[in-house]
Amino acid sequence: MKYSAFSLLRNAFSYNRKWQPAWRDPEPKKKYDVIIVGGGGHGLATAYYLAKEHGVQNIAVLEKGYIGGGNTGRNTTIVRSNYLWTEAALLYEKSMQLWEGLSQDLNYNVMYSQRGVYNLGHNLQDMREIERRVSANILNGIDAEIVGPDEIKANIPAINMSRNSRYPILGASLQRRGGIARHDAVAWGFARAADAQGVDIIQQCEVTGLKQSNGSITGVKTTRGDIMSDKVGVVVAGNASVLAAMADIRLPIESHPLQAFVSEPLKPVLDTVVMSGAVHGYISQSDKGDLVIGAGIDAYTGYGQRGSFMTIEHAMQAIIELFPRFSRVRMLRQWGGIVDICPDACPIIGKMPVTGLYFNCGWGTGGFKATPGSGWVFAHTIAHDHPHELNAPFDLARFSTGALIDEHGAAAVAH
Amino acid sequence: MLLIRCPYCGARDESEFSCGGESGISRPLNPDALSDEQWADYLFMRKNPRGAHQELWNHAQGCRRWFNVERDTVTYKIAATRPIGLKG
Repeated sequence: MKYSAFSLLRNAFSYNRKWQPAWRDPEPKKKYDVIIVGGGGHGLATAYYLAKEHGVQNIAVLEKGYIGGGNTGRNTTIVRSNYLWTEAALLYEKSMQLWEGLSQDLNYNVMYSQRGVYNLGHNLQDMREIERRVSANILNGIDAEIVGPDEIKANIPAINMSRNSRYPILGASLQRRGGIARHDAVAWGFARAADAQGVDIIQQCEVTGLKQSNGSITGVKTTRGDIMSDKVGVVVAGNASVLAAMADIRLPIESHPLQAFVSEPLKPVLDTVVMSGAVHGYISQSDKGDLVIGAGIDAYTGYGQRGSFMTIEHAMQAIIELFPRFSRVRMLRQWGGIVDICPDACPIIGKMPVTGLYFNCGWGTGGFKATPGSGWVFAHTIAHDHPHELNAPFDLARFSTGALIDEHGAAAVAH
Repeated sequence: MLLIRCPYCGARDESEFSCGGESGISRPLNPDALSDEQWADYLFMRKNPRGAHQELWNHAQGCRRWFNVERDTVTYKIAATRPIGLKG
């Protein structure tokens, strides 16, 4: 399928009914070499890298709804790698390096815009933590700077720099290579590229059981029949505990609603990403002109893909504190995802106690930025039956050994 | 906004409460006798069900007592609220 101005015109005149599908809709086969459960960005990326980097031929991605319809389609699209600890920083940085070549690699415009990400500091402790994190980033070869109030005001004219505000802005960290990307495009780009490599993308196919024999995975039960495989990679975000329970595995995960919003479209007023841990909100402006806003999770566990109105009010308070001139902007759409929160705000990527079963979960509120990197290391783990050194520290066993990697600060989203 | 019936104060808005997660988890009486995996299970592992959930809530801006809530994690409908120690 070639896209061009001519094809747009031609298809417009035939009511857009003759576009070629960008990926096939095959019937599930009886057996695959690898089954990926979860057709979000991470699952589709995993399938793509399994085919492309590891030459695995016979792969299926099973998605209970439509691809990218879960958290991949519900996030605030921020991409950055400015995490504190070396283990986490290197994993997110791997992902960022994949982002930088992704549109070319997938031949699909994921609209990755490296417009910078500011993490604001509002008090002395914030600024000390920023100094520490920026230093840690630089030591790990990740771009990071500290910027003062003058530069913040010059680059973000709409922001409230008043010294009389409740939480005055004292400074910020800045990762210039960070930014935003188009979330749907990432799912569709990986889907089309994976399909082109022969991956079967099976939608409306819910996994209802994991089949085992003698401590090894033999396949999955689904709403479209049983499918056999010796390797099953589960990457279902908020539904991780549900799938784990099918193999009698307990996880340290709690699934919470995370809400987000877009405003009515505005003329360009914000050309970078602004995040505040203390005031608690994060905002950017999409190319369509809408302000894309997020804040913290709802406190209760929930699979409803919605949360409480008071959470929306908290998010709006934060945004208006930072950008008073947005007080009369109307919110246009609100939605929620199901985020799999892990006690140390870091993911679990690795082998499970059942041979041939692999889980990739626990990304919580920060999974979108990791989409290519997560798929890349998960593919390696499945292909080699062994984690890559980048995801080796993120095993389930760390909760028994105590080797937690605490990224609550850098995650910058209240839990 | 959830409407939560505190067993002591009656029905109040969700904003008056704080959520304590899964209920029914007892601190092991002899932690030194546990393996690391058993201790990790107590500290970290959770049921996190899709469906009926037994959870703890605290009436933080009211009587400040803890109580149990049975709530469906998909519909968010609260089936019952009970004082600690009372079975349903």
